[in-house]
Amino acid sequence: MFVPFLVVKNALRHKLRTSLTVVGIIVAITAFGLLRTIVEAWYAGAEGSSSARLVTRNAISLTFALPLNYAQKIHQVPGVAAVSWANWFGGVYIKEGNFFPQFAVEPSFLDLYPEFVLKPEEKKAWMVDRKGAVAGRKLADQYGWKVGDQIPLRGTIFPGTWTFNLRAIYDGADAKVDETQFYFHWDYLNEVIKAKYPRRGDQIGMYFIEIRDPSQAAQISQDVDATFKNSLAETLTETEKAFQLGFIAMTEAILLAVQAVSFVVIIIIMAVMANTMAMTARERYGEYATMKALGFANGFVALLIFAESIGIALVGGALGILLTFPLAAAFAAALGTLFPVFFVSRETVLMQILAALVVGIVAACIPAWRAARVRIVDGLRATA
Amino acid sequence: MTNIPLAYIARNLTARKLTTLLTAGGMALVVYVFATVLMLAAGLTETLVATGSPDNVMVIRRGSQTEVQSGVDRQSAAIVESLPDIATGADGKKLISKEPVVLINLPKRDSGKPSNVVIRGATPAGLELRPQVRIVQGRMFQPGTSEIVAGKSIAGGFRGAALGETLRFAQRDWTVVGVFDAGRTGFNSEIWGDAEQLLQSFRRVSFSSAMFKLADPGRFDAVKAEIENDPRLQLEAKRETKFYADQSEALSKFISYLGVTISVIFSIGAIIGAMITMYASVASRTNEIGTLRALGFSRAAILVAFLGEALLLGLTGGLVGLVGAAFMQAFSISTMNFQTFAEIAFSFTLTPDIVLASLAFSLIMGFVGGFLPAARAARMKIVDALRAA
Repeated sequence: MFVPFLVVKNALRHKLRTSLTVVGIIVAITAFGLLRTIVEAWYAGAEGSSSARLVTRNAISLTFALPLNYAQKIHQVPGVAAVSWANWFGGVYIKEGNFFPQFAVEPSFLDLYPEFVLKPEEKKAWMVDRKGAVAGRKLADQYGWKVGDQIPLRGTIFPGTWTFNLRAIYDGADAKVDETQFYFHWDYLNEVIKAKYPRRGDQIGMYFIEIRDPSQAAQISQDVDATFKNSLAETLTETEKAFQLGFIAMTEAILLAVQAVSFVVIIIIMAVMANTMAMTARERYGEYATMKALGFANGFVALLIFAESIGIALVGGALGILLTFPLAAAFAAALGTLFPVFFVSRETVLMQILAALVVGIVAACIPAWRAARVRIVDGLRATA
Repeated sequence: MTNIPLAYIARNLTARKLTTLLTAGGMALVVYVFATVLMLAAGLTETLVATGSPDNVMVIRRGSQTEVQSGVDRQSAAIVESLPDIATGADGKKLISKEPVVLINLPKRDSGKPSNVVIRGATPAGLELRPQVRIVQGRMFQPGTSEIVAGKSIAGGFRGAALGETLRFAQRDWTVVGVFDAGRTGFNSEIWGDAEQLLQSFRRVSFSSAMFKLADPGRFDAVKAEIENDPRLQLEAKRETKFYADQSEALSKFISYLGVTISVIFSIGAIIGAMITMYASVASRTNEIGTLRALGFSRAAILVAFLGEALLLGLTGGLVGLVGAAFMQAFSISTMNFQTFAEIAFSFTLTPDIVLASLAFSLIMGFVGGFLPAARAARMKIVDALRAA
């Protein structure tokens, strides 16, 4: 009982200094947790994707289309259960800052995504309305849309202003599902475009393939691509996850920077904490000498400093973790649809605990080493 | 009012080296993050602004924000070409370049991960309109062949894009016969080939953009109105400088907002570090403060002295952080620009504004951290301070 008591008493001796240090650690651990959550949110799209879905696109790049008749040919590839397709629309809602993903889809597309939960009557209403649209819950909340609202989008790839009737709002089956997407009928888009620009009709951006056996994904991808080898539009087929990770890889440089920066805050707080412990130890050299004179070992003196440092760091860390949750929620609300999935994961909390622990240990190293080495005579003289 | 000498203030910082080192080190890291992020945003903006020339006009389809999304058919391009305001080159031909621009997926040289690279169909006029482009290895492509030249960043960063290598896309093998350097512009992140060859192999019938030089740069507004009001055209015209500057907007805003937010949060940690140090500095010198006051130095002089010490601490950290950040200028970064969906390489650029902002930021940290401790020092009563020994 003696050691914990002594450590707590020591820590509370300089209340202002200790509380400032704890505040510093709270800020650092919270910032660290939020940055890690941002990085995870970036990967969330890939995490939430199914391994039983493949995506086929033009081998040149996503900006090139595929012919409509590929749907039949893909269907004939062994192992393919269902085929649907979608086009990236890239429209602007009111002003350019309001970004959210919009796709023109073939109606069975939603059947490929059982994790998008729609009310049956709303789904039916969407199916029968040629200009109908489906939006995710988070997206609808962000702009205050209700079922029945009209939503105008200004096309950047497909010229003109397009007005859709919101017929259904989908919910995610769990927290990892992206609720910020906007879907409407590919048929409608195709009809209008074909009338205006005949050459741009009957073109598909991406085919989505459901396969019977996820373990056959690699073989089926190869078979699909082999079907269209040496044609005018060669294809590239990959699992949905690889497809999503491809996007993330393109912005990886920024992601790596955010990750690197999240460690910088830990180093900063390490310096602050080390300073606190150095000051604390310096003031107590006399006491340490006294303890040593009474027969306590060098290691015991070092242990006291380590315990105090780790204790302060963990208290700050715990408060920081508690603060991360409401802050992440506020952050998610403020960012709206920029990050479709945004929540603090268990790994993040574990990393935060680990970071606090490391800060506590590293900060105590030099002071503990100095205190353990202090000679009794010098230490006693310091107080005199 | 007599001031306490600066030497006294500065010497206090050297009295406890470890503490000074740790506190200034924390601040240096914050300033380093602050400066590098701003340098990154500045580098991106500078690259894209330098890409355009103010005398050139870029024409794309109305509503499309980038060349890749745009389409300009031959008929519309011919109408634009017939405008009388287009400058003529040495050979008497009009300086207008009608270019197809597409994105292709290429694997990065080091990681093998694919990214989108811009392929531009270049024309002789286009080369004349962009005098900053110089061939640094090999030679220019021959018109009418499957030869291409790669920008400096692409040649080094992507597989198959270096001199002598071949790339396969659109059912053809394309040989890289040259590498070009376009200074600090976005063209370094592009691949150029013959416009007609590219149109044919990608089965395109329309160009992506038309770019021309104005005979009289002052006539821009009139030309813009003429193009945009022509009922036969669904096009919009922008100065080339503005066209590229607009493309850097979202990414550079994103980088600087994120960076500044992060730095401000981090600075709380560093400010607390400074506060702890300064409180300790005040506490350990209570006696000295009493002596100074007894000697006749005013409360204000004490306040200034301790604030000066904190500011000096902040400035030291700021300078160290800034020197560290300055070294980052040797590096460049390559990432996807969300607006164009294409890869762009840019370097960290240190501008005078960033130097000033970073130093101001470090002084603010020192001031905020030092104010409360300095106020405590100034409020001490002479008798109490002298007795504190």
